[in-house]
Amino acid sequence: MIAIIDYGMGNLRSVLNAFRSIGEAAVLAPTPDVLARADGIVLPGVGAFPEAMVRLRDGGFVDALEQEVRRDGKPFLGLCLGMQLMATESLEHGRHAGLGWIEGTVVPMSTAGGVRVPHMGWNDLEVVRRDGILSGVSATPSFYFVHSFVYQPTNAAVVSGYATHGERFAAVIESGNLQGTQFHPEKSQRDGIALLRRYAERVHAAC
Amino acid sequence: MLKVRLIPVLLLMNGRLVRSAGFDTHQIIGDPLHEVKRFNEWNVDELIYIDISRDGGGFEGRPDHKVGGFADVLETLEAVSETCFMPLTWGGRIRSISDMRERFSRGADKITLNTAAVDDPALITEGARIFGSQAIVVSVDVKTVDGRDQVVTRNGTHATGLSPVEWARQAADRGAGELLLQRVERDGAARGYDLDLIHAISSTVSIPVIALSGVGRFEDYAKGVAAGASAVAAANIWHFKELADRQGKSALARAGVNVRL
Repeated sequence: MIAIIDYGMGNLRSVLNAFRSIGEAAVLAPTPDVLARADGIVLPGVGAFPEAMVRLRDGGFVDALEQEVRRDGKPFLGLCLGMQLMATESLEHGRHAGLGWIEGTVVPMSTAGGVRVPHMGWNDLEVVRRDGILSGVSATPSFYFVHSFVYQPTNAAVVSGYATHGERFAAVIESGNLQGTQFHPEKSQRDGIALLRRYAERVHAAC
Repeated sequence: MLKVRLIPVLLLMNGRLVRSAGFDTHQIIGDPLHEVKRFNEWNVDELIYIDISRDGGGFEGRPDHKVGGFADVLETLEAVSETCFMPLTWGGRIRSISDMRERFSRGADKITLNTAAVDDPALITEGARIFGSQAIVVSVDVKTVDGRDQVVTRNGTHATGLSPVEWARQAADRGAGELLLQRVERDGAARGYDLDLIHAISSTVSIPVIALSGVGRFEDYAKGVAAGASAVAAANIWHFKELADRQGKSALARAGVNVRL
């Protein structure tokens, strides 16, 4: 079973619908105890970084995630803000610590050259690693993005895919059991569903 | 590179899908879910769904009808979101933060405000603060009244006296993430977009402008893009022409516009 953390940040319904459309048993997890019973954990999220960390901490999710994802190694997928939350820290509305799982900083997107921010809409993904979560996507995939901040990991080896909007930035991150996408696979039609399917297969393989 | 979005708009009126002309003539064209399934199979970029039901019009999507089968508009939204794996913007009769929250919890990714945004502009800011700017689309409806262009509300029936450019700037400053720009006289008229209006608004604000109203030929889309639109939308052409997504995308690509093919 895949648990989708319900911490009041964004449209969780569409993530749930997307997993169910491919026959996966997915549930919303409004409380951390659900994570212990889950085989895979998805952290979605739209909104501001500091608010999200406060909600995760106050809801008891940070401790539960440390146990289930970091110690027990359950496959984790962070979507959009959910990916950024794996960073060491974010510069959104000040300086705030993240989960600190993959070293790096979340910084505002550059508007140099008249680039419109938020970066909203469909953009190409430049795939640099196809052996993981991107193994099922099409040859020239595009995905739906909505964000104003980007994750800059210290170690470029964790990046499986880049996108370019003014600057080139990390759009897919993979490190061990941790995976994240800056875009919204649940809103990215066929390529998005292919990615979620690959994640689900990984969850089945792990349990 | 970021692509120009091509967006179908569906209009729901008292439980049924309708086509519209001039914001005041409506013709029932079918089932609220059928088109969504078709668009999803076509792999379209995004969907805008607007409930233009009039107060007191009832809800006709009862199971004993051939169409619909939903008790109310929120049930329709829920069913739409279960079939739609693309960004979904929902509009119509949203008056408060709790109306917004209800729609997000039923599966909308963005909501669009028209009347409520003009009546209470603070609602834009409050919505953006709670749900993020990316989730708040302000629909700017423009009509010539008393010899000048004005922003209109209440399904195009109420002239506000606001200048479209001024209102667009204010909506963006207050936190709207996108503008959905409509020219009432061109609704259903198939004469092409109001390109001057698109240019005036998109050069005023830095947020994306979605052009709507007037598309009659697939070639009209690229003109809207050239005028400054970040996304091009239409309603009727999606119902009355074959392969509307493929053909629309091809016409855009032929004109040199970067689209998702």
